[in-house]
Amino acid sequence: MPPNAHDGVVTVPLHRLAHARAGDKGNRLNLSLFAYRPEIYAILVEQVTESRVYALFSHRGVSRINRYLMPNLGGMNLVLDDVLQGGVNGALNLDGHGKTLSFLLLGMPVTVDPKLL
Amino acid sequence: MTFLLGSGAGFSGDRTDAAIPVVAELIRRGQPCALAFETLGERTLAAAHRAMRDAPGMGFEPLLEELLSPVLKDCLEHGIAILGNFGAANPEGACEVIARLARQVGHTEVRIGRVQGDDIRARLADLDLQLWEAETQVLPDPDQLISANVYLGAAPLAQALGLGAQVVVTGRVADPALFLAPLVHHFGWAWDDWDRLAAGTMAGHLGECGAQVSGGYFADPGVKDVQGLATLGYPIIEVEEDGRLVVTKPPGTGGCVTERTVKEQLLYEVHDPSAYLTPDVVVDLSNVQVEQVGPDRVEVKGIRGKPAPSRLKTTVCYAGGWQGEAEISYAGPNALARARLAAQVLRERLAFRAPQELRKRIDIIGHASVFDDDAGTLQHESADVDGDYRLRLAVEHVERRWAERATQELLALYCAGPAGGGGVRRNLLQRVCTASYLVKRSDVETLATLFESGSTTDAT
Repeated sequence: MPPNAHDGVVTVPLHRLAHARAGDKGNRLNLSLFAYRPEIYAILVEQVTESRVYALFSHRGVSRINRYLMPNLGGMNLVLDDVLQGGVNGALNLDGHGKTLSFLLLGMPVTVDPKLL
Repeated sequence: MTFLLGSGAGFSGDRTDAAIPVVAELIRRGQPCALAFETLGERTLAAAHRAMRDAPGMGFEPLLEELLSPVLKDCLEHGIAILGNFGAANPEGACEVIARLARQVGHTEVRIGRVQGDDIRARLADLDLQLWEAETQVLPDPDQLISANVYLGAAPLAQALGLGAQVVVTGRVADPALFLAPLVHHFGWAWDDWDRLAAGTMAGHLGECGAQVSGGYFADPGVKDVQGLATLGYPIIEVEEDGRLVVTKPPGTGGCVTERTVKEQLLYEVHDPSAYLTPDVVVDLSNVQVEQVGPDRVEVKGIRGKPAPSRLKTTVCYAGGWQGEAEISYAGPNALARARLAAQVLRERLAFRAPQELRKRIDIIGHASVFDDDAGTLQHESADVDGDYRLRLAVEHVERRWAERATQELLALYCAGPAGGGGVRRNLLQRVCTASYLVKRSDVETLATLFESGSTTDAT
């Protein structure tokens, strides 16, 4: 992502600010997301919203998203229903578990003060 | 005194030499300890039932012998209890294998505990079932049903240890139960001591996926670097009587135990962190804290527990349709255009060569695949034309012939498709599907017995 010249902020993939892990149960996916540094956590809370995650996964038929904030861990747990197109025993997708999908989340553009990078 | 929980495997198909350094460290420490093998996922139990359907003597963990052979003798001779859900669909078969392996290393009197009660297929129709919270699938017809297994808690495993079992073999149990059971057995925790049960359950949760807490499923070069992925140390969890726990790994192994690796695993496959449902306790992680207390040592505290749920999760496996897969490669100049043309040819062919209800998906691996939906939404976005692409067709139909016909159409691209297509591979399998329900705890009866080759001795 190229830097934004205005507003003194840059747009970067979430991957620059946070790490994530995907887990599956049935047709439900959870994505845990953790800020690399404590001062990043507020940016995650502000920008990685349920509606933005919904938009990111809408092409896969996600029906519901719950976001659980975990300030003690500097992160959050995102739970996405019906996003695995059948899950590990039902999907035609190569990755029926959805294990790769943490990196779909980490591709989300976020804006940040370059001093925080 | 600190109890040590070692992890020997985190899934069916895991590294079969992983337990060796873990057992060496457990022996070196000389403290009370146990070794757990978690090898039974949602996918794996379905595979086990399929294996048993095809060959009645099978149906337990296929790698059982390879997993246990390197460490069984040492564990038996140093009092390290082994617990594993490697019984899968056929715990009896797994017990036979373990008894034979023990005899081969000079132990003819090995005590193998067998846990029963998870298999409720025969009674399923009579039980009061509710849909599991994220389930939408109604119960399949009885003639489609292959299996129904309840996720059991730790109690029958602890009973087996109480009978003196040196190895405990289970089918479906909640994964953390493999770790919680030896803690309850050792410390004598009460089954309503919710905070301790929650801590023990999370010790199991952190250990159950093997290296996922110690550097596996984590490395991202330049961002989250991990040294020694080829020799990852599988975890050892140190648990105190009051439930305090530290995650670590054997010295001299690869990987790392850091706040980051532990946090990622802490929430792995968790939904609501304030109510993580397990058969033995509802875990509340709202106030959990994760702290690095030394090199490759991370303490987890603040875990709380709430009373166990009144219903237990049950997963049923039922016969699904036939899945066909086939792939072909296109590389070099204009490769993406040729792959797209091939995809278009396939779509046109399948429109009149296969029934309308054939479920299908076409990926262009190297351009858009795993992130995409079945309709190929991302596939139509532009990208560099040169490259190395693999066109993949995946289909499903209740009749085998239509899955075969569809993948044969990809094979035919060799001569009738775009220029330079090569490397076709085809695969066909009958699927076993799963769905999850909740049964009343009071409808589930468990039994722990000591196994003897050819028979079992009731010892409850």
